[in-house]
Amino acid sequence: MNIFTQARRTLGQNDPNFGAPLDTTHGPILYVEGVTVSFDGFRALNNLNLYVDEGELRCIIGPNGAGKTTMMDVITGKTKPDSGSVYFGQQINLLELSEHQIARGGIGRKFQKPTIFEALTVYENLELATAADKRVWWTLTQSLNSSQRYRIDEVLVQIGLAELRHHNAGALSHGQKQWLEIGMLLMQKPRVLLVDEPVAGMTGEETEKTAELLVSLAGDQSVIVVEHDMKFVRSIARKVTVLHQGSVLTEGTMDQVQNDPKVIEVYLGE
Amino acid sequence: MLTQRLLLSDRGGMIVLGLIALTAVVVPILNLAVPAGSAFHVSTYTVTLLGKFLCYALLALSVDLIWGYAGILSLGHGAFFALGGYAMGMYLMRQIGDRGQYGNPELPDFMVFLNWDALPWYWQGFDMFWFAILMVLLVPAVLALVFGWLAFRSRVTGVYFAIITQALTYALMLAFFRNEMGFGGNNGLTDFKDILGFPITASSTRVTLFFMSAVMLILAYLACRYIVTSRMGRVIVSIRDAESRTRFCGYKVESYKLWLFVFSSILAGIAGALYVPQVGIINPGEFSPLNSIELVVWVATGGRGTLFGAIVGAFAVNYGKTIFTSWSPEAWLFVLGSLFVLVTLVLPKGLVGLVGRFKRNNNTPTDTPALKPAEETH
Repeated sequence: MNIFTQARRTLGQNDPNFGAPLDTTHGPILYVEGVTVSFDGFRALNNLNLYVDEGELRCIIGPNGAGKTTMMDVITGKTKPDSGSVYFGQQINLLELSEHQIARGGIGRKFQKPTIFEALTVYENLELATAADKRVWWTLTQSLNSSQRYRIDEVLVQIGLAELRHHNAGALSHGQKQWLEIGMLLMQKPRVLLVDEPVAGMTGEETEKTAELLVSLAGDQSVIVVEHDMKFVRSIARKVTVLHQGSVLTEGTMDQVQNDPKVIEVYLGE
Repeated sequence: MLTQRLLLSDRGGMIVLGLIALTAVVVPILNLAVPAGSAFHVSTYTVTLLGKFLCYALLALSVDLIWGYAGILSLGHGAFFALGGYAMGMYLMRQIGDRGQYGNPELPDFMVFLNWDALPWYWQGFDMFWFAILMVLLVPAVLALVFGWLAFRSRVTGVYFAIITQALTYALMLAFFRNEMGFGGNNGLTDFKDILGFPITASSTRVTLFFMSAVMLILAYLACRYIVTSRMGRVIVSIRDAESRTRFCGYKVESYKLWLFVFSSILAGIAGALYVPQVGIINPGEFSPLNSIELVVWVATGGRGTLFGAIVGAFAVNYGKTIFTSWSPEAWLFVLGSLFVLVTLVLPKGLVGLVGRFKRNNNTPTDTPALKPAEETH
């Protein structure tokens, strides 16, 4: 990448979705504080506090019903909490924004089931997701500029699909589809990636590759992974948060967490 | 580079366009330059028939663009065709002047018959060719814009959209049947004399109209290719396959559908305008829901989602219809119905898909994707 594209990207001029640079001077990029969500009296989240640093790779585990999905829903604007606050950087109050604003603002979410455009090629899928002018006239008359195309090539390498770029996405394996969808999120230039059970249904080899991919993504963006597969979590985790009954049970390295008697009791002991 | 993108990467399209261009050149020569007695002479009847088919092909193209690529099934596209046809018909009516049966220089015969004493406001301006052409483009476009805006904004999709488009064309048919509408009622507009000063039944005029139809079809084809090979084309296909995901990628799905629908309606209008001077009549029957359904069958038969498939389908089904109706007219609807069922069950990709399957059986199967990379060609 030449110095100009690098400079442009740092300044965010390439992307209309990034206005002011995100204020992360205090460390965390995401602040979830005292969030409570109840559904018909059931507290899905109960005074949840979570801080995710910029560039961090965080794994979130917890038994079923611990509130993992609800937490993602709150961050991406799908569910509004009863109380508490959610900040993106120090300035942006996510509770005031709608889903697509949050998506455009830089929080990408990957759902459990891969959704890609099967009739298009791998390349075209990424092209579609590229942060560019998305109005009708521009998509009709303008093709992507060279730095955008360069970015697609970069992402293709990152997700390990460079050789399959002209293959139809519908013909990809389950794992490859998951990677392609992660790639599509990357094209939107997210600052935070929320990834829901990325290795469900994957083969051992695919799981390994996914682990590598997620580890390599952290640093440039914060990655939050919700996963059941403990072996997988162990292979990527630096810091693990255990949720239980809607709040944080404990936080720490995988070893600390695994040896925590509270955790053993509610989760690992099962 | 644009040629590569529009033509060279589209083998079937190149063949079909080549055939159309060849016909457009050869048929006029065989009609005008070869004496009528010769075995090579092409009769004016055949020229007009081919010209009609070209208009149908253009109409089929317009439906394929929205149905095959964006997944919007319109069962009322005949309405836009008919509106374009009526706009052209109104111009041709005004050209009759005082040569009508009642000899009124200002009013068309049917208005004299209804005892009207002045031209209604919406007939003003149609004595000018450029105005009529403008209306050919504008009237279908405005209707599509308003209708599409209401429908897409309310997220009406799939079978519901198909049903309301069917209702639209049916309502228009009933309206145009009424004499008080001022469009000739039941009889429609007919008895045309000349177009731009040329006698409308003369062979040379017929040949010119045929040639114009071929040129418009080719131009429309290239315009559609431009759309489907652009980034917009990819967005449209994504909308067809996963509408909500496309929205999630940051695209305003409604706008894409709306503008494509409007463009498609303009193509249909142009087809109607070229059709009317060749067949010499336009009546409310063109709004009939059955026409719109038939037109969907052409596209399905040819192969939706490939632009040239629509052209192939329009020619194949209409040629079949011409043969069949001269043999047993009553049975045609049954043939059409069973054709639709058969195509849906046996040939989901239409005739074009059949050719593709045949070719694959002959050649050794390859892993290379059928779609050429588009992004590196422009």
